[in-house]
Amino acid sequence: MLGRTAAVAMLGLGTALSTGAYAQETVKIGVILPYSGPFADAANQLQAGIDLYIATHGDEVAGKKIEIIRRDTGGPAPDVAQRMAQELVVREGVDILAGFALTPEALGAAPVAEEAQKLMVVMNAATSMVTEQSEYIVRTSLTIPQVNYAFGQWAYENGIRQTYTLVSDYGPGHDAESSFADGFREAGGEIVGADRTPVANPDFSAYVQRVRDANPEAVYIFVPGGAQPAAIGKALSDRGLTPPDTKILAQGELTHPEALDGMGETALGIITTFHYTLERDDPINNEFVEGYTSANNGREPDLFSIGGYDGMHLIYETLKATEGDASGDALVEAAKGMAWESPRGPMSIDPETRDVIQTVYIREVQEVDGELQNVIIDEIPDVKDPLHGAN
Amino acid sequence: MNAANPTLGDPHVWLKRQSRWSPFEILFWLAALLPFFLFPTYLTLASQVAIVALFAISVDLVLGYAGIVTLGHAMFFGLGAYAAGIISVHGWGEPLTGLIFAGAFAGLIGFIVSFLIVRVQHLALIMVTLGLGFLTLELANSMSWLTGGADGLRGISTWPIFNQFRFDLWGYTAYSYSLIALFVGFLISRRIVHSSFGLSLRGIRENVTRMPAIGSDYKFHLRKIYTISAAMAGVAGALLTQTTNTVALDSLSFQRSADVVVMLILGGTGRLYGAILGAIIFLIARDQLSGVNPQYWYFWIGVLLMIVVLFMPKGILGFLARIAGRRD
Repeated sequence: MLGRTAAVAMLGLGTALSTGAYAQETVKIGVILPYSGPFADAANQLQAGIDLYIATHGDEVAGKKIEIIRRDTGGPAPDVAQRMAQELVVREGVDILAGFALTPEALGAAPVAEEAQKLMVVMNAATSMVTEQSEYIVRTSLTIPQVNYAFGQWAYENGIRQTYTLVSDYGPGHDAESSFADGFREAGGEIVGADRTPVANPDFSAYVQRVRDANPEAVYIFVPGGAQPAAIGKALSDRGLTPPDTKILAQGELTHPEALDGMGETALGIITTFHYTLERDDPINNEFVEGYTSANNGREPDLFSIGGYDGMHLIYETLKATEGDASGDALVEAAKGMAWESPRGPMSIDPETRDVIQTVYIREVQEVDGELQNVIIDEIPDVKDPLHGAN
Repeated sequence: MNAANPTLGDPHVWLKRQSRWSPFEILFWLAALLPFFLFPTYLTLASQVAIVALFAISVDLVLGYAGIVTLGHAMFFGLGAYAAGIISVHGWGEPLTGLIFAGAFAGLIGFIVSFLIVRVQHLALIMVTLGLGFLTLELANSMSWLTGGADGLRGISTWPIFNQFRFDLWGYTAYSYSLIALFVGFLISRRIVHSSFGLSLRGIRENVTRMPAIGSDYKFHLRKIYTISAAMAGVAGALLTQTTNTVALDSLSFQRSADVVVMLILGGTGRLYGAILGAIIFLIARDQLSGVNPQYWYFWIGVLLMIVVLFMPKGILGFLARIAGRRD
């Protein structure tokens, strides 16, 4: 009996020692994403970006092995994200929190990162104030005001004087509406009307008719990806609201490659603003797209993939800079001001706000070799989020 | 009543006998303390299990006991969650008063809504509860100046309980707090279902047209239990807000209403422990299965649900009771 107890105790001690030694060799990254539920596709694209980076750059950095621990929120569920973050820290002993496709989930986990003093890499959630929630948050995706404020200014500078805005009635839509309008108005433009469509299953015809009646020079659109771009594209062309008579402006999701397939020719001439363009001809991007599509059965990378990919790049590079010190303070210090060439183009981390600074691309849908593509027609370099420090 | 018949006897004696504590129950509540010692790294999960169990009990009161089939009870959960969150954002983060405020608020709305609820039955009832749930969700979405909209409410900070116990990273405070709230909610519910009021509810569930015939104002009873249930769901929502310092639209979502019904079916409706058991099984299964395979854990919940519904129509607890040879 005694022998058995002693054996169990020894075994326990042995395990404790070996995990102790093991923990010194690894850097654990807890990835919190909505792998199930309505945002599962986004989560999987983001995860594929993470996987690709590890596959191409190896799973060892600064002498340490990278270990990924995934947690599903089924979200949007901030309370689950908060609990997952808590459990990853106290039970799994992760060094870095990452993922966060959705703003509420990033907000839920932020207090944990703050209290546990862990680096938290936001790989998608695009509401401006996310990075203001903790000193340990760094973002590698985009902010909605970042791409839209610059777009509003660009629209005025390129001769558009009047715009009607039509956005989905939820947080990101409201942000897009206000930031585009701010940029456009401050430059001197006039918003002649603003409408909001329901997020789920909207019928766009009535809204598009209202835009038609107002007869604006341009209409700015923000809808979530999925089925809606094709639906709104059809509603616009049914009522004759097509470029070049009426200019159509939007954030990049509207003319995402898969959405373009659904929209067909009605998409020609739509002008969008985005931080990542799949077709951007650049050696780094070409290699990224090629690696990604071959690893994912031909599925092309999107904004989620690039957020995950660059997030991992940030983690790898900061670990190199700290020579493997995975403490939150060291990593955040290393991340501040870090700049690199990403498949999306040049990007860096703002040393003051820890938010992403990047080139905003203005693209127009054109036919290239018989296929519809987002062709870059202008670039606005080094765009910061306009809202940080505004409050 | 025939006093000579030992199985019937005086109804009050019968009720008293029903409400006696069995050793199993005492054992169960002692076991609820085990996570503190055995699984100290799972306390945040345990805390959320306790919160969801309280919510499930509140739904069981109306669904399992009074027969009001509701698919919109997350409405009250969410109202409580937002009530607690909003007073915290506006400078009052004291947890206990926040809890009471949230419960009272959800109860008030429940009282108002109950007048509508008692007017309809069957399919119409399901539709009304569903519709009210969607209305509340949409209202919270559009009132983003108050609720934070799709981003969720920001800036919630819950003060330490009695200025003494901080909500720590490990979840000791959170679990203690949630468990005590669950226990109090359970005691109240237990008192209700073992009272003559509780018996009338079961009468209403079994045959609503006959209740007026024996002189029972069934609408009054239904309004009463619906209000109590709404308040309890509100308290559960407030607990979630206070222990996680977050609240967003998902607290009002249809998913939450549906999940809790799934839990009740798993555990067994019309039994308070069925609600608790269902919550434990559902959340632990979700935690474990999603750890194994984050994408497809819901598949296994579906399999489990079908097995339970096919082979244990009265839920896992009903099945266990049958095995143990105990009558319902």
